[in-house]
Amino acid sequence: MTVLFWVLSLAAVGFGFAVFRVDSMARATFALALSFICVGALMLLLDLDYLGLIVVLMMTMEMAIMAVFMIMFMMNPGGLMPMSMFHNKRASMGLAVGTFLVLGTGAILVPWPTRDTAPPPDVTAQLGLGLMEDKMLVMMTVSAVMFATLVTVTVMAAARTRYDRLGDDLRGPASDPVPGGVG
Amino acid sequence: MSLQLFLLLASALFSIGLYGALTQQSVVMLMMGLELMLNGVIIAASAFWFYTSAQAPDGQVLVLVVIAAMTIEMAVGFAVQTLIYRSQQVDMTDMASELSG
Repeated sequence: MTVLFWVLSLAAVGFGFAVFRVDSMARATFALALSFICVGALMLLLDLDYLGLIVVLMMTMEMAIMAVFMIMFMMNPGGLMPMSMFHNKRASMGLAVGTFLVLGTGAILVPWPTRDTAPPPDVTAQLGLGLMEDKMLVMMTVSAVMFATLVTVTVMAAARTRYDRLGDDLRGPASDPVPGGVG
Repeated sequence: MSLQLFLLLASALFSIGLYGALTQQSVVMLMMGLELMLNGVIIAASAFWFYTSAQAPDGQVLVLVVIAAMTIEMAVGFAVQTLIYRSQQVDMTDMASELSG
């Protein structure tokens, strides 16, 4: 367990740092995916079977989608435009190291409480019952926010919406570059 | 394996994410930094649940909320990036400066 913890932790941090060290933005995406997979595996060590698996599955998919965006907005495609992708490097490094020192000192020095009871036998059932009983409001809020996000991002990212096609009163005949009603 | 070690790992991930979010010029790379910071928050919340309050589901629910926040950040970030690129061909943070005083 301890060996596994150290290997996964060092890998998570190493891949996390690699995200900002590799030249290619596509490679950075895969480094981030590997960092997330290590964190998901660490969650499995903490008995969080369901949430750990969710993190692994979700992040693999998310980074696959992210790789497409990385290629779309790549700053140095195929090494054709060598350039620095950084700005304000020194001050940022100072801030990051300072943050790590403050957080790390707190993590070690604060006398954290300990629990006196063991985790429940079925951790996933605990989460499910929590979400459906005491924490129902969390579930409902997250659902509404997720739906709002879907609508918002579709509206923001769409190039031509129905107002562009049909006019302000939405009545006129559609003016499409290619007729047929597909936009 | 202890709470302290997990929190140290979370601090390291958070700090690396902060470094990335502050240094990267590309908007999408900046979002990678934010993701890495949330990655640290996830592992810290999981460790807090396991080591301090495993008898209650609160910590697990918090992890779930952070995962949801991460997806939303990603989706909205890419939508804003697509919008701002479509209207002004901006793909770097330094170019999006209309609001600077």
